[in-house]
Amino acid sequence: MTADHGVWVYAVTGADLPDEAVSDVTGVAREAVRAVSAAGLTAVVGTVPLGEFGEEALRSNLENLEWLETVARTHDAVVSAVVRWAPAIPLRLATVYLDDARVCDVLEARRADFDAALTLVAGRTEWGVKAYADVDAIAAGAVETAGSGAEKGTGTAYLLRRKAQLSAREDAERAAADRADTLHALLLQHSAAGRRQPPTDPTLSGRRDRMVLNGTYLVDDARSDEFAEAVAAARTQFDGLELELTGPWPPYSFAGVDRGNP
Amino acid sequence: MTVMGGGSSSPQPYGGGHQSTNLGDILERVLDKGLVIAGDIQVNLLDIELLTIKLRLVIASLETAKAVGIDWWETDPWLSSKGKRAEIEGAQQDLEVENRKLRDRIAELEAARREPVAEPVEVEDAEFEDDEVDDDR
Repeated sequence: MTADHGVWVYAVTGADLPDEAVSDVTGVAREAVRAVSAAGLTAVVGTVPLGEFGEEALRSNLENLEWLETVARTHDAVVSAVVRWAPAIPLRLATVYLDDARVCDVLEARRADFDAALTLVAGRTEWGVKAYADVDAIAAGAVETAGSGAEKGTGTAYLLRRKAQLSAREDAERAAADRADTLHALLLQHSAAGRRQPPTDPTLSGRRDRMVLNGTYLVDDARSDEFAEAVAAARTQFDGLELELTGPWPPYSFAGVDRGNP
Repeated sequence: MTVMGGGSSSPQPYGGGHQSTNLGDILERVLDKGLVIAGDIQVNLLDIELLTIKLRLVIASLETAKAVGIDWWETDPWLSSKGKRAEIEGAQQDLEVENRKLRDRIAELEAARREPVAEPVEVEDAEFEDDEVDDDR
């Protein structure tokens, strides 16, 4: 290791990592991915130039979405390759050390945390379920039905229709939120753990209808078919919600409860 | 199993990293999730936190972010092309809806004027007619 290079950490696993497990993937700097072991744990790392991945460079590169996309996809690809091989804890993007010795220090110092997280995720896989509701369409349908009897042509009728539109929208939003709650509770029954996250903005998701559930679930591998069936059944059961299943994911969302305390 | 658009390419296990996977889904996980441990390069905690906050601002409201001068995504083709398309579609729809509402309202107002029923608009007319009647005497 020279002063020009750092060590990017992708994931930590409790198993030995044979070369063939990561021979198909290259790292964020197109480097060969390798293993650093200490305290019975293995960190999956790559040597990266600090010119691109040092403090100053990262600061500006992270603002460049094109760079970020490539690095994020590559990081995820390496983590996925490791998880295919053995249970592993994904590290958040851009965890960089100055040399292998510093990585070993962390493996030793945080051993208990890594062990606890590995116990949680072993034999389990993360799945994402998003539910969308076209609240406007539902509300418009309700107004059509309810407002057809009202006489047209008077200001009162206009105000009544307007009021009906507003309350129909509120009703539709409430109904969609209730169904999202029910759906989340149902999916939790088929998973070992789950949590709801803030909805993604339409700009990022590329959709116009409202995301009412952004759930992520840690599912026993033995029950993954059961979970997928539950999602499939929910597509019919929850009329008016459009469901999107993503995954399998490495257990990013269940990697550690103490993420606020580095 | 059905994997909808935006999902990873099933049935291959761990499709993560494939180009087909929605970038938003990946960023949501690699930036905001994953175990946080302090690296020697300290940028990882502080700046990703900032970046996440910026993403959240986009998520919360494009307008709010613009108002505080954060508009880095506007120069990015990935976000801006999608963003612009959604924005234009949204604006057109909103305009159409508003147009239709205005046309309805005008029709209603015109219909109301033709009817002799006492509505607030007609009050002045009624008084005016009374004045005319006085003049005629």
